[in-house]
Amino acid sequence: MTTTAPGTFTPQPGRAPLTRMITAQAAMELRITLRRGESVLLTLIIPVLMLFGLARVDVIDVPGSRIAFFTPGILALAIMSTAFTGQAIATGFERQYGVLKRLGASPLPRWGLLTAKTAAVVVLEIGQIAVLSVVALLLGWSPRGSFFTVVLLVLLGTTVFSALALLLAGTLRAEATLAAANLIWFVFLVSGGVLFPLSRFSPAVRDLLRWLPLPALADGMRAVLRDGALLPRHDVAVLVVWAAVLVTATASTFRWE
Amino acid sequence: MSSARTAEAAVEVVDLVKRYGPTVAVNGLTFHAARGAVTAVLGPNGAGKTTTIETCEGFRRPDSGTVRVLGRDPGSDGRELTARVGVMLQAGGIYPGARCAEMLRLMASLAANPLDPADLLDKLGLAPVATTTFRRLSGGQQQRLALAMAIVGRPELVFLDEPTAGLDPQARRATWDLIADLRRDGVTVVLTTHYMEEAERLADAVVIVDAGQVVASGSPYELTSGGAERQLRFRAPSGLDLDRLLSALPVGSIGKESPSGHYVLEGEISPAFLASVTAWCASHGVLADDLKVEQRTLEDVFLELTGRGLRT
Repeated sequence: MTTTAPGTFTPQPGRAPLTRMITAQAAMELRITLRRGESVLLTLIIPVLMLFGLARVDVIDVPGSRIAFFTPGILALAIMSTAFTGQAIATGFERQYGVLKRLGASPLPRWGLLTAKTAAVVVLEIGQIAVLSVVALLLGWSPRGSFFTVVLLVLLGTTVFSALALLLAGTLRAEATLAAANLIWFVFLVSGGVLFPLSRFSPAVRDLLRWLPLPALADGMRAVLRDGALLPRHDVAVLVVWAAVLVTATASTFRWE
Repeated sequence: MSSARTAEAAVEVVDLVKRYGPTVAVNGLTFHAARGAVTAVLGPNGAGKTTTIETCEGFRRPDSGTVRVLGRDPGSDGRELTARVGVMLQAGGIYPGARCAEMLRLMASLAANPLDPADLLDKLGLAPVATTTFRRLSGGQQQRLALAMAIVGRPELVFLDEPTAGLDPQARRATWDLIADLRRDGVTVVLTTHYMEEAERLADAVVIVDAGQVVASGSPYELTSGGAERQLRFRAPSGLDLDRLLSALPVGSIGKESPSGHYVLEGEISPAFLASVTAWCASHGVLADDLKVEQRTLEDVFLELTGRGLRT
């Protein structure tokens, strides 16, 4: 320990500009996420391998072009992996380790922390979508539809899955959040219209699944990117309703400690 | 407490009560921490120190009583206070995967006029582990990083919850030096500790807390000089005639031999008192061994007030 010059610690309190605070926090969230091997595996490596495997190996029978069927669903799955699974697990442990508590005593407002988390998720998603799109294009994918509708679906899906992530992380213990997040990811992988079309299910099950978030996102992405739909009304409506319900539930139950 | 002093208080806690279910953690606690001073909240484990500090930090709401920090209510004006108050939690609060310097830079980037993070790491002996992740730091290094995070934003007031718990002697001294430097530069410090030596060395004011209440408060000098007088202890052959010795000393002096061969005299222990004792010993051919004049330590006061039973 070196001695300090008098005046070194003379108080000069004040908060940094909001944009600087949120940018710094978002950059931190991003670095921490990319440093965790399992989150890179979940959000990037698994979706890329699935895209390769499903497009090339004829194990699951789908109508029409394989790459045109699988790419939109895997994009939807990748968005869920980042916004929901990865974020739920990370936030659950941040709560357990007191990181959320400590940041609550910092000049960063709580909504600023949530904004930073969302910004980090969106940056990761842009990276995922870019990598997956390049791989799909190399595999012969030719997307159709409106770019803006895709952006709308991605934003709605991100809102729904982020809210669900924070709902679990803000109420359950970190270990329970971890288990629930992985379970939900797997259930949606199988039943979400990603691996095979919902038409494989009985009509009753199919009608039920169509009201769940991942099937809606996957179906909406496919309607636009494969079939060139302008606005998949049912899927957008389902996502809007889930977003409203989950954001409200999360806002009223989230505990920071 | 006079209103003038109250007006200068950085922290005012009045009749604070906080329960967790059936457990009363804090039970009518009142204390003031003066601006620019170091105030130590001292008490055994479970005395309510952390609950009190965390209420001041805005993490908990009082069940009753009032808390004012820099004249504000930490419950409702928490947003304003976060820019003026630095916080060191007792444990945690840091991403296990964050690197030491990275975490401190994040906290610095939230403040308008932060200290230079690299300088601060250097001052706290953390420069060699600047790129080490938090989970790989030693306990002492983790504590010092948490301390650095509390002060990097140049706050007016810092709350340090057990800042030296579990530190080795060198790291503890480094932390003490830093707290002394904060005080020198006019930062108000409120810390909790169960180390007497820490409170005695660092604090301008000590608040002793037990079972959720203040049992004593004052400067370390006031606390140790009040109550029992000083003592003069010596060793000599057993069976000295204490009554005759006491008759040579000022009226009101008392003495006892306990255990055998160990003598304790209490009274107005002045230089003349000491001279009388040694003169009496000389005239009786007694060589007093290991003779010392002692003041009560804060530890004596603490144990007297909080009992000697082990705390869980």
